[in-house]
Amino acid sequence: MKTRCLLITVLLVTLLATACGGPAAPTGGKFRVAVLMPSATTDVAFSQSMWQALKAVQAEMGGEAQFELKYSENMFKVPDATAAIRDYASQGFDIVIAHGSQYGPAVQEIAKDFPKVTFAWGTDVNTFGYPNVYAYTAAAEEGGYVNGVLAAKLTKSKLIGVTGPVEVGDAKTYIDGFLQGVTATDPSIKIAKTWTGSFSDVALMTEAAKTHIAAGADTLTGSSQSVVGSIGAAKEKGNVLWFGTQADQASLGPSFVVASQVYDWTGILKDMIKNRKAGKLGGDKFVLQLKNGGLKIAYNSGYKLPDDVKAAGDKAIAGIKDGSIKVNP
Amino acid sequence: MTDIFRLPVVIGILVSAIRLATPYLYAAVGEAFAQTSGVVNLGVDGIMLVGAYAAFFVALTTGNLWLGVLAAMFVGLLMGLLMSVISVTLKAEQGISGIGLYMFGLGLSSVLFKVTIGTVKTVVGFQSVKLPLLGDIPVIGEIFFRQSLPVYGAFLLVPLAWWFMEKTTWGLRIKAVGQNPAAADSLGVSVDKVRYFSVCLGSVLAGLAGASLSIALVNLFQENLTAGQGFIAVALVYFGGWRPLGIMGGALLFSIVNAFQLWMQVLGVRIPSDVAVMLPYLLTIAALAVTVNRARQPAALNKPFERGEN
Repeated sequence: MKTRCLLITVLLVTLLATACGGPAAPTGGKFRVAVLMPSATTDVAFSQSMWQALKAVQAEMGGEAQFELKYSENMFKVPDATAAIRDYASQGFDIVIAHGSQYGPAVQEIAKDFPKVTFAWGTDVNTFGYPNVYAYTAAAEEGGYVNGVLAAKLTKSKLIGVTGPVEVGDAKTYIDGFLQGVTATDPSIKIAKTWTGSFSDVALMTEAAKTHIAAGADTLTGSSQSVVGSIGAAKEKGNVLWFGTQADQASLGPSFVVASQVYDWTGILKDMIKNRKAGKLGGDKFVLQLKNGGLKIAYNSGYKLPDDVKAAGDKAIAGIKDGSIKVNP
Repeated sequence: MTDIFRLPVVIGILVSAIRLATPYLYAAVGEAFAQTSGVVNLGVDGIMLVGAYAAFFVALTTGNLWLGVLAAMFVGLLMGLLMSVISVTLKAEQGISGIGLYMFGLGLSSVLFKVTIGTVKTVVGFQSVKLPLLGDIPVIGEIFFRQSLPVYGAFLLVPLAWWFMEKTTWGLRIKAVGQNPAAADSLGVSVDKVRYFSVCLGSVLAGLAGASLSIALVNLFQENLTAGQGFIAVALVYFGGWRPLGIMGGALLFSIVNAFQLWMQVLGVRIPSDVAVMLPYLLTIAALAVTVNRARQPAALNKPFERGEN
């Protein structure tokens, strides 16, 4: 009796495990890329930005016939991701992308066992000194600064709320840049920050945003896939503006999302592929910037941005590009 | 620092805490039913997830929030039946089957979400309803009587559950089966039936807990929306000593501290954010350690019943 029950339980767990995406079968001739992402390819944030870039590169390189693309999403649990990275590497993919700073130790551990596979990981700048590891990151503080300038011009309550996940990586640098942009424009504005301690806790993120609004904030921003909760809270309240990052978040709030900093990984992906084809398997770091086109500010056409505010935003973009404005990460 | 003790802030903390406590109340009171009958259901979080998904999907497609609530209760019932079959009829180890059920719920809700919705969508959830007269009381009205219907429901559930447990035959049967199943069995009470009923009732409430998140408090569904709230709910059952009022106390304590730490961050009180987000957990663990002595655990908890064995 007991054995049978245990068996049923094990089967249930296995069913679930297999439902979450199977491995790829090896094929010849194609360029093969595998990517692991912490959240869903449709998170309108970090994972989606990489997924869209990969799809764009795939289309450009001749579609599925020439460019095989496999993915594992919702890899919030690092041990699962570690197993998947090793799995993809042993299947002989050309490039294995570990899209999350939490995967760094796993890449460091696995890359030396597969010297012919290129590993790319981010957001970070550390290649561990390995010849087959690329690191990539985004200078998120740059777009953060521009968003901060726009937000400072638009807030009426002079109180801006920032909903962050964990104080690390591009979540932190985005917010640091945002603060610099606000302070440079109007030092009298008060900025309140909250951290939920999680990239995925949407419920707590929602409550954090509601708390900012209750305290009087009329403009919000934030980073990570859990900000969909903050955007929901802004929508429910009304008359609250939102500034996005990582992906264009206008679709989540057509009337109140002012602008989003968009990560465009296409350029660096193409560089990595070109390098690999030329025999250079890794060793470099890449940084998305406004200047190199990796970062873009997407103004939401559904929100009527006053001309003088847009001009201030564009001026900040130009200043960062030509180096006259320095933003500290 | 003094900002945190101003009246508007105190009101803000309590309004927020009452919202935050809602899913815990549904889930933990439900779990208390299951545990009082002798079944530990660790799958609460998984049931919440499928409940949250079902409520959100139905509300999104039909535009009717009440149909969403029904859907959450229905899938909660199905998950409860599954747990009952595994742990009561097949007598599997309860802890392991509960974890299995959790993983099943997590996977199922993620797969269904991916297939049917797949991206970020929102619904207009239950809105705040200001109760007549009560809602106009200064301070108290603002805190308690301007919430949404699922929030009122969660707090109404507490006296209802107490009355059901203490004053009805069914409640007494559940307790008897959890304390001494052999004795209950010899008196003609079907232990299995009572446990099926309790686990299913608890699971329906866990489904509602999920719905309270996806169509009242957060108004969207994402994979793993609950982020482990179901496990906190199980802890709250021990915390509250299997009594609805105690559970409410625990849920409120946890939520008030959580709301407090958010407000501290908003007001710029200088403490590291890592410490702030740990506060509710730390305090709950500390309170659990202090109060554990007066807990009255059902004697047959975690023990499958086999006639003639016990």
